[in-house]
Amino acid sequence: MTPLLKVENVSKYYGNRLGCRDVSFELYPGEVLGIVGESGSGKSTLLNCLAGHLEPDTGEVVFDTRANGPKDTVTMSEPERRMLSRTDWAFVHQNPRDGLRMSVSAGGNVGERLMAVGARHYGNIRSTAIDWLDKVEINEDRTDDRPSEFSGGMQQRLQIARNLVTGPRLIFMDEPTGGLDVSVQARLLDLLRGLVRELGLSAIVVTHDLAVVRLLADRLMVMKDGHVIETGLTDQVLDDPQHGYTQLLVSSVLQV
Amino acid sequence: MNTEYNFAYLDEQTKRMIRRALLKGVAIPGYQVPFASREMPMPYGWGTGGVQVTAACLVPDDILKVIDQGADDTTNAVSIRKFFEKTGGVKVTEETAKATVIQTRHRIPEAALTEGQILVYQVPIPEPLRFLEPSEVETRKMHALEEYGLMHVKLYEDIARHGHIATSYAYPVKIEGRYVMDPSPIPKFDNPKMEMAALQLFGAGREQRIYALPPYTQVVSLDFEDYPFEKGGAQQACGLCAAEDAYLDEVIMDDAGTRMFVCSDTDYCRVRREAGHIGEMGVPLAEDAA
Repeated sequence: MTPLLKVENVSKYYGNRLGCRDVSFELYPGEVLGIVGESGSGKSTLLNCLAGHLEPDTGEVVFDTRANGPKDTVTMSEPERRMLSRTDWAFVHQNPRDGLRMSVSAGGNVGERLMAVGARHYGNIRSTAIDWLDKVEINEDRTDDRPSEFSGGMQQRLQIARNLVTGPRLIFMDEPTGGLDVSVQARLLDLLRGLVRELGLSAIVVTHDLAVVRLLADRLMVMKDGHVIETGLTDQVLDDPQHGYTQLLVSSVLQV
Repeated sequence: MNTEYNFAYLDEQTKRMIRRALLKGVAIPGYQVPFASREMPMPYGWGTGGVQVTAACLVPDDILKVIDQGADDTTNAVSIRKFFEKTGGVKVTEETAKATVIQTRHRIPEAALTEGQILVYQVPIPEPLRFLEPSEVETRKMHALEEYGLMHVKLYEDIARHGHIATSYAYPVKIEGRYVMDPSPIPKFDNPKMEMAALQLFGAGREQRIYALPPYTQVVSLDFEDYPFEKGGAQQACGLCAAEDAYLDEVIMDDAGTRMFVCSDTDYCRVRREAGHIGEMGVPLAEDAA
C-alpha cells in the first residue's frame, strides 16, 4: 500500500533558530497521527511545512495525488500546491478567525471552496452547504448568519464543514479544540471522530492536549525542541512512555 | 491655450511612462498595470487617473468630450474639459459621434462608439476582490493563479441576502476567459456595451493602476447558472425624448414628490429631441430654448 503522505528529513530553521529538524514519518490512508509536545517544540512549524504554508529548508513531503500518484509538494508548482489545498487537503486552524471569512455568511463560507473549484449553480451550492452545516450540527436557519454571530464551538464546527465540503483526503488540524470549554470540546471530538471514521479521512492532529490524541489518534509522535523523541501507537506511548520527557508529559496531566 | 504648460499639462517623460503602462495593459487585457501616478491639480477621487490617461493619449488634433454620470454639464466634466482646453488647446465637444477621446465617470455613452475612438474611464478602486480580500499581496496572487472563487462568494452573498444579485454597479466581469476586472462604477446596464469597437482605457490615480480593453475584447459578466446576469434598466421611457433603451435618472421635481425620469446621457437625449422625439413631459426643442 502506498502511503498517503511520506515525510522525509524535513527541517525548518528561522534564521539561526531551530523550528524542527529531521522529521520523517509515513501516513497511510485512513490513519490519524497525533503530534504532541509543549509550546515551542516545533509541532506547528512542522504542520505548516507539511500543509504548504511554510517552505521547509530541507526534506521532502511526498503526497499521493489522485491524478499523478506520489509527488513532492515542496518542489511542485505553486498553482498545483494551492489546488491541492483547496481540494485534497483541509486545514483546521486553532482560531476559527484564521480559517473563516467572518464577514461572509455561514453558507457562503462553506460554499467558497465549492466555487473555488468551479461550482456555478447557486441552488446546488446552497443545498450542499446546508447539508454540511447539518452534519456539523448547525441548524439550517443559521445558514445566512455571519460567523461573528456564532459561539466559539459553532465557529469551530463551521470551519470543519467549510474544510470538508470538497471531500479532502487529508486533514491538518492545529489545536482543533483549543480555547473551547470541556463540554463543547467533548462534542467536537465526538463529531470529528465520527467524520474521520465515516469518511475514511487521514488526519494529522497537532495538540498539547493528551486526552484529544487518546481519543482521535491511532499513532502518536512526541516532539521536544524541534526533534521527534518518541513515536508509537497512541495507547502504547501514553501507557508505557519510554523517553524521560514523554514520561514527564504523561505524568503532568491533571487528574480530576 | 496657456503656453506656460507643457501640452496637456504632464511632462513628456511622464506621458511616456503612462503610455508604456497603457501598451502593456492593451497587450494583457484586464490586467492591472502599476504606474507611477502623479500629483494632479485636483483631489484624488475626482478623476486623477482618468486625467493622466487622457493627457497621455491626447494629440493636438484630438476632439475631447468629458462626461460625468453621462452628463456633459456637471461640475467634474466641465472642469476637466476646461483643464485640457487651457493646458492643451484641444477642441472640445459634447457630441459623442464627433469626439476622438471621451473621458467618462460612471457611464458608457448610449450611442455606439466606433473604431478610432478612445474611451477613458476614471476608476476609484481597480481591484474587484478588494472588499473580500484586503491584502494586495494575496489578491495579486489570486489574479496570477486565476483563483476567482472568491468573486462568486460575493454574488452568492447577494442572492442569499436579497434573493437576487443585488450588485448594480461595478459589476465584475471576466476578460477573454482570463482576468476578472472591475469595470469601474458604471451601472451593470452598461456592462454588455463593453464589447465595443472603441479602445477602452482605465486609470486609477490614487491606487496607481492602469488597465485596458482593446477593441472587440470579450467581456463576460459573472453570474450563476441558475441566476444569470441581467442588465436591468428602467421600466419607463425618458420624460424628454421618450427613449426606452436608455439608462434613466430619477429626478424629484417638487416637494410633493413628483418624479421625472430622464436620460442620464445628455447628448443622446439632445440628439433624439432634435430628431423630433418628444417624451411625456417634454416640449419640442425650439420652444424649450425660447
